[in-house]
This record gives sequence, structure tokens and C-alpha cells, in this order.
Amino acid sequence: MRLPAGFDAGFPLKTAMSLTSSDISRIATLARLELDPTASERMLRQLNSFFDVVQQMRAVDTTGIEPLEHPFATIRDIALRLREDTVSESDNREANQRSAPAVESGLFLVPKVIE
Amino acid sequence: MTRPDTDLHDLSLVALAEQIRQRKVSAHETAQHFLARAKAHDALGAFVARDEAVTLAQARAADERLAKGSAGALEGVPLAHKDIFVTRDFASTAGSRMLHDYRSPFDATVVTRLAEQGAVTLGKLNCDEFAMGSANENSAVAAVGHDKPQPVRNPWNMDHIPGGSSGASAVAVAARLMPASTGTDTGGSIRQPASFCGVTGIKPTYGRASRYGMIAFASSLDQAGPMARSAEDCAVLLSHMCGPDLDRDSTSLDLPAEDYTRSLGDSLKGLRIGVPAEFFGAGVSDEVRAAVDAALAQYEKLGAVRVPVSLPRTELSIPVYYIIAPAEASSNLSRFDGVKFGHRAAQYTDLADMYRKTRSEGFGDEVKRRIMMGTYVLSHGYYDAYYLQAQKIRRMLSDDFQQAFQDCDVIAGPVAPSVAWRIGEKSEDPLANYLADIFTLPASLAGLPGMSVPAGFDAAGLPIGLQLIGNYLQESRLLNMAHQFQLTTDFHTRKPQGIRT
Amino acid sequence: MSAQKEQEHGAAVTAATPKALLVRGYEVVIGFETHAQLSTQSKIFSRASTAFGAAPNTQACAVDLALPGTLPVMNKGAVERAIRLGLAVNAHIADKSIFARKNYFYPDLPKGYQISQFEIPVVQGGDVQFMLDGEPRSVRLVRAHLEEDAGKSLHEDFIGQTGIDLNRAGTPLLEIVTEPDMRSSAEAVAYARALHGLVTWIGICDGNMQEGSFRCDANVSVRKPGAPLGTRREIKNLNSFKFMQQAMDYEVRWQIEQIEDGHAIEQATVLFDPATGETRAMRTKEDAADYRYFPDPDLPPLMIAQSWIDEVRAAMPELPQALRARLVSEHGLSEYDASILTQSKATAQYFLDAVAAGGQPKLLCNWITGELSRRLNQEELTIESSPIPPAKLAWLVKLIEIGTVSNNAAKTVFNTLWTRTTSGVANLVAPMAQLTATATVHNDAHKREILAIVEELGLGQMNDSSALEAIIADVVVANAKSVEEFRQGKDKAFNALVGQIMKASRGKANPAQVNELLRKKLA
Repeated sequence: MRLPAGFDAGFPLKTAMSLTSSDISRIATLARLELDPTASERMLRQLNSFFDVVQQMRAVDTTGIEPLEHPFATIRDIALRLREDTVSESDNREANQRSAPAVESGLFLVPKVIE
Repeated sequence: MTRPDTDLHDLSLVALAEQIRQRKVSAHETAQHFLARAKAHDALGAFVARDEAVTLAQARAADERLAKGSAGALEGVPLAHKDIFVTRDFASTAGSRMLHDYRSPFDATVVTRLAEQGAVTLGKLNCDEFAMGSANENSAVAAVGHDKPQPVRNPWNMDHIPGGSSGASAVAVAARLMPASTGTDTGGSIRQPASFCGVTGIKPTYGRASRYGMIAFASSLDQAGPMARSAEDCAVLLSHMCGPDLDRDSTSLDLPAEDYTRSLGDSLKGLRIGVPAEFFGAGVSDEVRAAVDAALAQYEKLGAVRVPVSLPRTELSIPVYYIIAPAEASSNLSRFDGVKFGHRAAQYTDLADMYRKTRSEGFGDEVKRRIMMGTYVLSHGYYDAYYLQAQKIRRMLSDDFQQAFQDCDVIAGPVAPSVAWRIGEKSEDPLANYLADIFTLPASLAGLPGMSVPAGFDAAGLPIGLQLIGNYLQESRLLNMAHQFQLTTDFHTRKPQGIRT
Repeated sequence: MSAQKEQEHGAAVTAATPKALLVRGYEVVIGFETHAQLSTQSKIFSRASTAFGAAPNTQACAVDLALPGTLPVMNKGAVERAIRLGLAVNAHIADKSIFARKNYFYPDLPKGYQISQFEIPVVQGGDVQFMLDGEPRSVRLVRAHLEEDAGKSLHEDFIGQTGIDLNRAGTPLLEIVTEPDMRSSAEAVAYARALHGLVTWIGICDGNMQEGSFRCDANVSVRKPGAPLGTRREIKNLNSFKFMQQAMDYEVRWQIEQIEDGHAIEQATVLFDPATGETRAMRTKEDAADYRYFPDPDLPPLMIAQSWIDEVRAAMPELPQALRARLVSEHGLSEYDASILTQSKATAQYFLDAVAAGGQPKLLCNWITGELSRRLNQEELTIESSPIPPAKLAWLVKLIEIGTVSNNAAKTVFNTLWTRTTSGVANLVAPMAQLTATATVHNDAHKREILAIVEELGLGQMNDSSALEAIIADVVVANAKSVEEFRQGKDKAFNALVGQIMKASRGKANPAQVNELLRKKLA
């Protein structure tokens, strides 16, 4: 694998900030993904190899820089457009529920939710 | 009807539209021709949905309008949409099992706009799952004529990838299965497959084309764009794809639609082409470098001037993009939970299990990887160090472009460090795929318009694209540059050997 | 508020908390989060209707269902209502605020995230003022922000499954968060009532708690005075004032018992069960804290110009606070009376219209909060649809004032007017606004109508003292025992005599006159 210019210049590829398998477990839970042990381990390796690349980014001094909220905001301020408060959507339930996995009496059905 | 001199599929979009308008060939006959061609090339794996009855009905309606004299600008012109655009007439899958057989009750705005001009839909085009990929190897949907998912094939060499994520959109045009197609570009997904397949493609300024109806990957980066065999054809299509969609998309720019063909004929004399040193580093293959250099030399012959510029944070675009895009994607893909639409696991014990199984079954590996990455960088304790930091560097990257545009009108360089690689070569190495995006990511992050123009071939006959990046809203200039180049070169006219003529 | 600031604030407030409020020696600390549904026609990010009661999922459009490819577009009416609230509580209205995604999975949350506001809300600071046991109180607000409501889960109708109705998904909410300033459940309820009155007064929320338009969560903790803040538990979805206080009282007692038994309080979300009167911890949602907030890339920043704020301010009605002060200073009402009349804008308006039509303020106040209120409640009518308009009540009150009828007789007149109007006999009911404008035209008609009833029913107050003296003389003779008892010092006997006199005069005697003449007689 050939890295583009600059990637092999002087910064360590192995860093202190690596993910652990408990990180993988925690994130998978947050994301509602199920990873078997093999998949988990592979995910850990792949994410860590990517995060090695990411460390370079963390070192950049961004003091006083505002995050970019809309790409166009570089040259012009973008404000949220507001629409008039009018109703123009009518009942379209049948079409909207056409691809629903489980529907009864117009309601979407899910396994019982326990509060 | 008299048979035109050239095969319909060898006509440019502009020429074909003209033939149809002059009633030299009917929309119906045109549609039949391209449907047959599509079928004959199913080995490429480009289409994920076709429906003859639907297409021919649209064509007949086009013929009626032509007879009445109420034809649109693209009346009867056949094209297909990347399966990221939702359509009422065809299933919309985003290349994912999660949306197997999903039927949208509405059309994407871009689809509506083209249909309003009379375009006829041939079907939906394959893509990397949820637009995540650089090789179109990540589709989880079986293409038409196949019974399981396959990598999409590059018509210049069927053992090679076409690029991604709009791989099939590029393939369909390169193989002349249609004069043009729609694609989407988040980190290079129009430009890179265009380069790898020897076609012309353009991603407009962020916000110029409506995102309503585009199945979202990364909200602050996604943009729709055309792919065709020439800049002129792209210009025509882009003119109808772009324009404000104020009622439905809050990020749509409130600027009137433009005629992007208006400056195609302008002279390039005195045009300053910025060449960033960072785009020509050690990682670029010799053949790519040679083709790009030759293209720049050609531009100098056309009167342009080369100006050295610097985009010092080019490499940072990789970590910055691969933090921001997955972060947004991880959130955008949370709606796929098996409750309202899409896949739901057949077996589960309770709600939590239903969520886990549904999402684990429905999403492919690359999607899961990006969801994991995105969830991580947004999670408690990591947000400032990763996501926020990335958004700040993103501003710096954008400012770097503005700095460069002080000294030039357009920036040029390679689209990718290499030509299309072999199928399977990088499929086990996600990081390698990410690193290959290095030249397309910066313009995506800044929201700038970017084009890929066929500029040569390597020794093995694989296409090489030239990238042109303009300042905000400079699509006309880019198309003008590409058009003038295409008037004096023929790379864009060559046919891949792998296709039937 | 940061944890440290909370501590410092907590310590400062402790000094002022009276011993009387302590529960078993513990100080109660309460903060409220209220979700007020805004009264827009359409949803906050889509153009579907917000009307209550539609068949399931018939008011959930593609955007509300989070169908692939859909995007949010902001409702101006929701922002305008947020500005109104900000002005009503004297808060800072942000010139730039940001929408953020709050990410979590739940079936009633279609996108898997809620569009809300996190770091920079639209309304910042402010306070709500109200009376508690005759004393003025003020609760500070941290913030109020815009967000979208989730759908509804129906558990009862399906075995082993839950039905999801997304009609409510996307309804605009204003989440109003207080500092933990409250020191008793009574104070918290008073705050909630005041906030409820305010949001309905300024017209941003219909306040219908049964329909879920106004939902409160109470954050409750206890501590020994001077100690740092205790761990709080959140009582969710308190949708009636009646249960609110009960729930908080139970929670406080429960927490104190836990502490006294040596158990630490763990942070939890709890639900109140009205059937048992107890609070119970909800099944803990794992990773409850990690919502992974980030600015929503589909929504640019919300910019609010000062000119818009000024426009909204100019169109705002007089706030209840100011009106109460005016009722006291201009019309001589007590603070208490003023607060009752300003519980709803419609009531206050009725009162003002009646005063404008010439009625005496104090008398009017009694009638509005007494007879009128009673009758309206009985027939489940709002004051806006009262069969007796302000000008007519004003006339009735005027006639009492000048002695044409006694207060008691006036009640009969009132009921007769009511019955006849609602049964369509006299069709003099007109919308209040109309009446106010044409008060002088109708005034004479009201007067004539009332006098006609008085005449018809023979209710005219007897003011002629000679006739009255005659009755008094008769009653005194017929009730010698009572007279004797009165002379022996039993005041009750006097009232008995008055009663007899009123009966003999068929209620028409002027009570004040009766009193005066009877005393003279018995002197």
C-alpha cells in the first residue's frame, strides 16, 4: 500500500490513544449493532488502523477557529429559512406505510416496549 | 422513422435530444433501444432495477407531448438514476439489504426536475451501500440479471473496479447504456468513478442541487450531479438538476437556476490554473502524473496560464472527512430500525434484540464500520477532540482554498493517485480505499464545485481523469474549461472495448 | 447550570429558606422542566397538521416518518411563539441559536434522533413570578428551547406488542427549564400553574393537559440545610396539578426515608402512579447520558433580528403580572382578587369589559368569580361563550348597587337571564368582542331586559321604609320568643328575626335597611 505524500513524514503511527475492545462493545451498543467476537476483533483492528491516521489531525492548533457549520458559510452567512405555518400535507397513510414491516389498524407494531 | 446515421447510443445527449425533438426518432423507439442495450450488458452489473412497462409508458407520454408541441428540454431522453435517489416508479435501495424492495411515496426533487423536462427513466443504478465506498464493491443488492450482489465492472476492463460510490452511474455512461446518468458525490463519488471510467462528471457547489429525496449519507457533504460523455451534456443536465428547493431542503441555496451552457464557448485566454504542489506528491502514479501534465500543457496551448499554489492541509482532509462524514452518517442511518420501513429481522426476542438484529443484518461491513467510527467520534468525551476539531480544520481547509483562489481562477490536478484497481485488490483494506480519496475530499469539505474530465489512459488502457475545482458557484467556468479541452482532445470520445457496439 | 454553580446557588438560597418548609429537617430542592406544545397549525419541521385526535398515522407525513430522503424545514410560527415566551419572562432572546441532534433509539422517535437545541438555545435566562400564600415568589429560568415532540406508544391494545402512532411526532415543543429554585412541592405547583397561565395567556400553547399540551417533569432532591445538593431523581410526565403535589410529596418522603436508612440516592427517572400514590423508578435506559449531541447539518443557524423581536413585543397582550398590578391600583381590587381574575386572559377581558360598561369592580369581581364561574363550570362553558355578556352583568351589578334589587334577588334574575338566553327566548347573546364595541347600543337593551324580569318576577327590592316597618312590626309581634332571647344577649336571635322579615317580604327587603330598622325597633 503506497501512502500519498506526507503520510510517512515524522509522526508516530502507534499512539497512546487506541480503542479497546470495551470501546467497541460500548459503541456497538450505542449504535444498536451486534458484533460477534470475530467481527468485533476485526472492527477493533480496522478502526485502530484508521485512528492512527486521525491522530495527526488532533495535533493541529485550532485555537480561535470556529467550526464550519455550512460549507457555503466560508464566503457568506447562511441563515435558517422559515416557512409560513400552514398545513399542506394530507392523509397519505396507505402509501407511507406500504413498506412497513408490521402494521395493524394504522399503527406501526413493535415488540412490547416496557417503560 | 428513418434510421439516423449514427447508432442512437453513440449520440451525445444534446444530439439525441435534438433527434427526438425533430421527430427523426421516437421516444418510444429510443427507450426500446436503450432497454435492449441495458439487458445485453447486464454482466456489468450496473442496473439494480428496470421495468420495461414503466419506461415505455413514460416514453409514450413523451411522444404525446412532442406531438402536441409541449415538449420539455430533455423530452424523451433516456437516463437512469443512482439508487440513492428515491423514486415512486422503482424500488429505492441505496445499494443496501436494509432497503430491499423499499417503495418511496415521493420522488427526489432532482428526479422530478428531470422528469418535468421529459426525461425517461430506464431504471435505477447500482452503487456502494449508502454511498459509502470508492469501488462499487460494497453493494448488497443483486444487479438485474444476477441472483446475488456482485462488484460492478469497469467496461474498460471487466476485472477492474469502476470506482465509487456512483460506480454504476459511470459504467452506464461509459458503456453507452444511456447518454447520461445521475450520481451523487460526498467525498468524490462522482468525480472518481468518472475518472476511472473515462466519462465526464461534475459535483456542483454544495447546496446548488436539492438533497430532498437523496437517501442521506453525510448531510453537509452530499451533492447530486450528472455524468455524461461530454462537458456540454453535463452542462445541459446540470442546468435542470440545480436550483433552489426552498420548501423542502433547508440547505438549498436561495439562488436562481442557471444555464450552465452559456459560457461553454468562452475563450480560456488568460485563465489562471492553480496547480497545488500537494496534489503531485510521491503517491501519484507516474502515468496519472503524465496524463495530468499533458492536460495542463494542452490548457496552456489554449491560452491558460499555470500558477503554482498550495493547499497545505490536503492530507488532513482524509482524517477530517473520515470523522465528519461517518459522524453524520451514523446519525442519518439511525432511522433504519425496522419500525417504519425497510428490513426487519425475522427472529428476535424483544425490542432491543429487534433493533440489533435488524441493523446487523441490514447493514454491510463498510456501513457498520462507518457507523461505529461516527458513533465513537460523537460519543461523550470524544466530541471535542474529534468531531469539533475536524469541523474547525474543515474551516481552515476552506480558507486555504480561498487563499489559493486569490492567485488563480481554477485549481487543477489528478482526481485520484491511480487508475482503477483490480476487483478485490483493496476490498479487505478499508484504509487503502480512504487514502485514495485524498484529492477529491478537499473540495467536498469546502463545498466547492469539482469536475472530472477524461484526460488520458494508462498503458493498459485504463482511463485517467483530470480534476478541475472552482470557487463557489463557478460551475459554468469549469464546464467551459472542460468543453474547450474536449474540443481539442478525443479522450472523452473513445469507446471501451468490453462493450458491444 | 454547571454542577459547581448549582452548589454555590444552592448554598446561597439555603440561607433564605425558612425552617417551616423543612421536611423532617431536610430542605427540599425542586427544579422543573416543562414541555409546552406550541399552538401552531403545522408541525415544527413538516407541513402536516398538529390537530389532536386524528386516526393513527393520518397526520404523519413523509418527513414525520423519517422516510429516506426527507429533510426538515422550520416553521416560522414556532419561532415566533418562542420569542413571545422569551419576552413574557424577560429573558434574553438569542440572535443566533443552533439546532442539534439528540441521538437515541426508541420506537416513537422516527429518525433515531430528536431535533432539539443543546449548547445555544433560543431563549436564555428569564424568570416566572407568582404568588404563594400571599407572598410574591420568583423562579429563575435557565433556558427555553425549541424541539420536536415524539410519537405515541399504545401498549394496551396489543398482546406482546406496542402500537406506534406518529401523528404527534414533529409537533413543536418549547422545553422550559428552571433553576432548582423551588423549596416546597406547593411552590412547585404554584410555579407550574403560573407558567401554565402565562403560556395560555400569551397564546403560545392551548394548555390542555389531558391532551398532553403541557407536561411537567420535576427534578427533586433533599439535603440538610447548608449541605451540598443531594442527588436528584426526575419525576416524569406530571400532567395534572392535582397529582403533581402528591407525587413530589411522596418522592420527598421516600428519599428522606432512604437516606435515614443509610441508602444513597441514585439518579433515576421515576413515574408517578396515581392509583398507588407512589413514584417508581423506570426501567433504566442504558447509556441514558450519551446522546451524542451535534449541530444538525440539515438546519443552518436560526437568526432572529432585533426588528422581529420588536414586532412581536408590540403585538403582545398586556401580561398578567402588569394587569394584576393595574387591577389593584386602578380598580382597588385586592391582590388575591386580581390574581383570580387574571388566571385566564378571557376572564380578565370579561372583567375589563364589564367595568367599561359601568359595573362596580369589586361587585363584578364577586359575581364573576362566584355565580358566573359556578354556572359556567356546571355547564362546561368557557367564559367566552357565556350567555350573559359583560355589559349585561354590568347592568345587573349596577342595579344592585343602586338598590333596585338585593344581591339575592339578583341571583334569581341572573339565573333567569341565563336560562332564557340559552333556550333561545331572548337572543341577545353576541360575541364578546362585538358587544364591547357596541356596548352603548346594547346597554339600554340589557337594562330593559333586566328590569322586565325584575318586574315580571316581582323581585324589586322594597326600599319603602314604611312598608318595611309594617312587616317588621308584624314579625316582632309574631316572634316574641326571639325578641326576648335577643334582649338577653343572643345575637343569633337577631338573625332569626332578620330571616323572618326577609321571608315575609319575599326576599325583597333591602337587608341593610332591615338591619337598621330592626335594631331601632328593638332598641
